[in-house]
Amino acid sequence: MTGQIVVQFLTGLASAASLFLIAAGLSIIFGVTRIVNFAHGSLYMLGAFIAYSLTQRLAAGTAYGFWISVLLAAFVVALIGVVIEILMLRRIYRAPELFQLLATFGVVLVVQDAALWIWGPVDLMGPRAPGLDSAVDILGQRLPEYDIALIVISPVVLGLLWLLFHRTRWGILVRAATQDREMVGALGRNQAWLFTSVFFVGAFLAGLGGAIQLPKGGADLLIDLNVIAAAFVVVVVGGMGSITGAFLAAILIGELQAFAVLVLPESTLVIMFLAMAVVLVVRPWGLLGRPMGEHAPGQAAEPLLRPATPRARLAWAALIGLLLVLPLIAEDFTLTLTIEIVILALFAASLHFIMGPGGMVSFGHAAYFGLGAYGAALLATTLNTPMELALLAAPVVAGLGALVFGWFCVRLSGVYLAMLTLAFAQIAWSVVFQWYEFTGGEDGLLGIRRTPWADDRIVFYYLVLAACGVAIYAMRRMIFAPFGYAVRAGRDSRLRADAIGIDCRRFDWMAFLVAGAMAGIAGGLYVYSKGSVFPDEMSIPRSVDGLVMVLLGGVQTLSGPIFGAAGFTWLQDEISRLEYWRFILGGTIIGLVLAFPQGLGGIWRQIEALIRRRRATGIEAGR
Amino acid sequence: MTVLEVRDLYKGFGGVQAVAGISFGVAEGELLAMIGPNGAGKSTCFNMLNGQLRPDGGSVHLNGRDITGLPPRDVSRLGVGRTFQITATFGSMTVAENVQTTLIAHHRGLRGLWRPAAALHRDAAMALLERVGMAEQADRACGVLAYGDLKRVELAVALANDPMLLLMDEPTAGMAPGERVELMALTAEITRERNIAVLFTEHDMDVVFTHADRVIVLNRGKLIAEGTPEDVRANRRVRELYLGESAEAG
Amino acid sequence: MTTRRVFLAAAAAVLAASVFGAAARAEETIRIGEINSYTRLPAFTQPYRNGWELAVEEINTAGGVLGRKIEVISRDDNGKPTDAVKIAEELVSRDGVVMLAGTFFSHIGLAVADFAQQKEVMFVAAEPLSDALTWAKGNRYTFRLRPNTTMQAAMLAEEAAKLPARRWATIAPNYKYGQDAVAAFKAELLKRNPDVEFVAEQWPPLFKIDAGAEAQALANADPEAIYNVTFGGDLAKFVREGKLRGLFEGREVVSLLSGEPEYLDALKDEAPAGWIVTGYPWYAIDTPEHRVFVNAYRAKFNDYPRLGSVVGYNTFKAIAAIIAKAGSTDTDKMIAAAEGITVESPTGPFIFRAIDHQATMGAYVGRTALKDGKGIMVDWFYADGADYMPSEEEIRQMRPSN
Repeated sequence: MTGQIVVQFLTGLASAASLFLIAAGLSIIFGVTRIVNFAHGSLYMLGAFIAYSLTQRLAAGTAYGFWISVLLAAFVVALIGVVIEILMLRRIYRAPELFQLLATFGVVLVVQDAALWIWGPVDLMGPRAPGLDSAVDILGQRLPEYDIALIVISPVVLGLLWLLFHRTRWGILVRAATQDREMVGALGRNQAWLFTSVFFVGAFLAGLGGAIQLPKGGADLLIDLNVIAAAFVVVVVGGMGSITGAFLAAILIGELQAFAVLVLPESTLVIMFLAMAVVLVVRPWGLLGRPMGEHAPGQAAEPLLRPATPRARLAWAALIGLLLVLPLIAEDFTLTLTIEIVILALFAASLHFIMGPGGMVSFGHAAYFGLGAYGAALLATTLNTPMELALLAAPVVAGLGALVFGWFCVRLSGVYLAMLTLAFAQIAWSVVFQWYEFTGGEDGLLGIRRTPWADDRIVFYYLVLAACGVAIYAMRRMIFAPFGYAVRAGRDSRLRADAIGIDCRRFDWMAFLVAGAMAGIAGGLYVYSKGSVFPDEMSIPRSVDGLVMVLLGGVQTLSGPIFGAAGFTWLQDEISRLEYWRFILGGTIIGLVLAFPQGLGGIWRQIEALIRRRRATGIEAGR
Repeated sequence: MTVLEVRDLYKGFGGVQAVAGISFGVAEGELLAMIGPNGAGKSTCFNMLNGQLRPDGGSVHLNGRDITGLPPRDVSRLGVGRTFQITATFGSMTVAENVQTTLIAHHRGLRGLWRPAAALHRDAAMALLERVGMAEQADRACGVLAYGDLKRVELAVALANDPMLLLMDEPTAGMAPGERVELMALTAEITRERNIAVLFTEHDMDVVFTHADRVIVLNRGKLIAEGTPEDVRANRRVRELYLGESAEAG
Repeated sequence: MTTRRVFLAAAAAVLAASVFGAAARAEETIRIGEINSYTRLPAFTQPYRNGWELAVEEINTAGGVLGRKIEVISRDDNGKPTDAVKIAEELVSRDGVVMLAGTFFSHIGLAVADFAQQKEVMFVAAEPLSDALTWAKGNRYTFRLRPNTTMQAAMLAEEAAKLPARRWATIAPNYKYGQDAVAAFKAELLKRNPDVEFVAEQWPPLFKIDAGAEAQALANADPEAIYNVTFGGDLAKFVREGKLRGLFEGREVVSLLSGEPEYLDALKDEAPAGWIVTGYPWYAIDTPEHRVFVNAYRAKFNDYPRLGSVVGYNTFKAIAAIIAKAGSTDTDKMIAAAEGITVESPTGPFIFRAIDHQATMGAYVGRTALKDGKGIMVDWFYADGADYMPSEEEIRQMRPSN
């Protein structure tokens, strides 16, 4: 029995190794640049693929060939990271917060299809490490030799990183930059060099993580997204920017998973996120993290939020008019697509409500969309509740969820808050996913039909248009009402808001509630538009879709999420007929990010500014 | 009448006594300056008054009411206005909206979900901005203002909740010398006409000796001198403390 | 509604050229809508696509069906059921397909089946294995080709029951398919051997297996035999860790689907030997119709067929047969034609049963072995699906009447 436990423990340590490497890279990059790098999993995946290709060519089957391949792969990935930083991220450091996240999401899509194109669709089984391809006997149990190698590698890397950060000028600079944002701004031209080099190191670690897990995992096209969530969990549990924290957290998560498999095999989906939720509730900045300013250096101040100008009102009226006559001129499927766009516009607007005015980024907003959807669907399927009532219940269910989750979330800030929302969304998702008897699990709930009067597509279209229109308008009113000012005050300056007697936490909580309930309305309508609901509706990709819509549309404008939802949904539908559509979508996102750092909703503003500048120079020239 | 009454305040950080037994009071309409070298305990003392720090011992009374350890938002609601060393305003709002938001908060109207806030307390806000000389810039974004103008906005915001006490942390820090005197003159004028008690910390001795009614001097967490500007200027211990700065102070 | 028609007419007039073009094309060809998880699971869906492309090419070269050519509009569902439903709607309402086909994941198959019922469109599910598709959630419009989870589990349980092992452990991906596959195997094995006991159950998350920990946990339970449902990358990792840790030494392993080339070939020389599996030994099936298929496939794609290739091929051969028999693309007529139809295929003839719309296509059951650094199936036999179905009475009880 002791032997079994010891070996299980060592197995957990081994699986912590590559987790530590990728998390360390992610943590360093975030610490210095404040970029939430979604593409870090893609770098890890590239590390695995490149190392695979190299091991097939470089003195295949020899120990030095294997290890040289691993290091070389990490180096190549580091160069790819540098290219991404120089060609893309460097141009948008001054964009609104988290806009870089959108760009890195574009990279994820591009890398997915590029890897598919280069390495093909088949899972590649990693080579065994020469010389370490058998097992050793430990207390009567067998442990693979390569596991022991992994157990040794991660503390060695930790030690090397420690030396790098404490014994070199560069490392000291990096540590200073992580702790003091002002200092980064003061670096001037050296800032670019620092950021690039940090990306080199971060990408190197990601590539190394992907490469050294080859003998245990191999390379396939799903590992990028599989590993990125785990990496974020480790970074956040350890404390962002803390390498030692990432090390401890990787071991904690690795061991938790190893023993959960033993004790409670069904918990494998959720154990990691449960652990993160517990850690964050007890320690809001992770195990070894410290409170830090969230704003990146040189970031543009929040722009003025103004009600619509007469011209904008006219444009809105025209849009609404067009939507109203759409059923008369459009074919059936266009109407179906528009229904989806309108519902997702409400979803995106509800996310924007907490992200924009509230300044609280949610990585798990799909939870409330899904709670609304499942609330309505379960009422319909189990209690035969009529559609009207189920639709009314949707925001109540979602709102209750937001009330509970929000209570914990508003106690945190920045990325920690975002990750806690993600943890709660994953917990909600796993409940829905695993509770077959009640929710239908993966198979979802089917056969949810509309009330006869709304069965007609056109009638339902108007119902959706009315409900979403009213909901979006109500949120707009709230933003310009005292409530919205109170929420915005808390985002702009906690210090000042506190000093004039605003209970920021309470207002954040209420904003959470509103956003959750609104997302619930969208979820309820979604169920009745599709006739079915699946756990996908509360999964990470759905949350990411929402984020992409908001960021694509522009987080600083109220119309942004609406255009973001429309643009994203329409584009995806248009190009998903093509084979390499992810490449096109990713490329389009990157292009838009670089061309319009204010988002789609900000395009108009940018054009106006351009016209104004033209006029000004025109006048000068005229003189 | 005494508005702020501080009795025997203590605060330590890991064995270092930042504030070691300080007592003083501020009366209606009085401008009290708190001075002292860096590390004397001014900021710590200040943050215990506004609620950001909880004292280890002693008490703070506002108009006879014990406010020791209350959080900043409660202190504010009881009638304490604040300005900060580095201005803190709401960047996504206009100058007028900054003041309006404060007025709405003061009138407990922040839960409104429907009526546009821009229409609420507009007149009162404009009157305050008029008073601090910022009416013309009322509809500009706070994010684009000159620093001196921001300080004036902060003053208007601090006055908006109709305070009986104003806490000003380095009110003139970061301003050009000419602007400093102007701002403090304005502050003094307004607070006297409204009978508001003012406690401010300050590095600029010109400002202190020109505008303060009374001065308290802190060193190593203790109060070492108290009195009119003249008394304090003449105080031997203060002179020793400010040896390098005595020329400037004199 | 009248106004709407007028507007539609006007719109049609404006877009006359393109609309006419579409109408003209629709006259020429019979459009079939095809949906599958091409980007989510390319390794399994690409051979499948090759399979149906070959079938469609053969059908059209031979003159098509009802004198018209078959045109397949194939779309990717991203592995998401809601996307699949949206695409199904687009295929039906915009592209004018007469029938839907495809899908891999069970939940997506179920979603499209629900859509088919709602919109009264015929749907031939190709790959999904969920029992519910033709039984508990079966409907009039949905047909399914592959033998379902219970049928395949029963084929394996029959072999497992012959083993002396009494203490069993299971490992399956943590989602509905895995749960069903374990439950079905347990039930079938207990039916045959009431004294077996199940001493451990492991549920790794799909495609995120922590193989070392899972293998170790199984070893700790010390079972006499193991039933495995993991597949794809999970299977490869599980096999490697299990071998290193001696998990399979002295233990029988019964493994669902693992003999399919899609999964077995990825293991290369690490393929386990002696496992009892269901699969597809294409290299050894020596019937004339299968030889013709393999030769045609190799000629067209310069690659050997996987099981998915057969599934894709059989699906579209079946669709062509159904339309030919119906003599029309009217949904009711096609359903009537499909019920009880016999389809000839490389793997032998199969019937779409009238009672549950489940095809009797079977699976190959055998043991794995290593040959020339590659896993193969030996001692295999073809288990006809018809022999592993519940009684008609049982099916009637499970299947909703509609």
